Amino acid sequence: MKIEIIAYGIAKDIIDGPSLSMDVVEAVDVGTVRKILLSAYPALKGLASLQLAVNAEYVKDDFVLKENDEVVIIPPVSGG
Amino acid sequence: MKNIYITSDRLDSDACTKAVTFPDAGGLVVFVGNVRNVTKGKSVKHLVFEAYEKMAAKEMAKIIDEATIKWDLKKMIIHHRTGLVQVGESAVIIACAAAHRKAAFEACEYAIDRLKETVPIWKKEFFEDGEVWVSAHP
Repeated sequence: MKIEIIAYGIAKDIIDGPSLSMDVVEAVDVGTVRKILLSAYPALKGLASLQLAVNAEYVKDDFVLKENDEVVIIPPVSGG
Repeated sequence: MKNIYITSDRLDSDACTKAVTFPDAGGLVVFVGNVRNVTKGKSVKHLVFEAYEKMAAKEMAKIIDEATIKWDLKKMIIHHRTGLVQVGESAVIIACAAAHRKAAFEACEYAIDRLKETVPIWKKEFFEDGEVWVSAHP
């Protein structure tokens, strides 16, 4: 299946755009997507943290993705 | 007045104070986070904030719910700027009200600390000679 991944902050600079699409196997988990991202964009490894959110909630690496989930790369937050 | 407000407009601390004013609330604490003109000895021109708004609002709601229960607040509101924010302008306002001051102080400090940990908003500092995403690297 194809998933769309949205990026904010420095992650947007690193992937060189506001989003990317990725071909993945059905029922892929978030940890696998993270590994693919880190290998495609090694600069992500230099960040202080790298979380992924699905449908506007933080999720753990064993979270299983469905088609049309909203997947967002969350680099270290710095609001306030 | 919205309890949670993520906006490119200027924030209004007076309106926030009024929004948490109640006859049975004796302690009101309003935290205003302003943009400083210097960071680590470098002169700051301005900041730009970017938010994943849908999720930021959800995470702010969690903070408000947690703090309201833990400190028995009458009310808490969180307002945050996005886009370009000039030196001296407010980036964030957290206002809360409780029966007594101690609960209001503690709840307000908890809320700003938690916001900086969980709410998906990102700050970029602009200097004369460049720009940097704050806290991105260890």
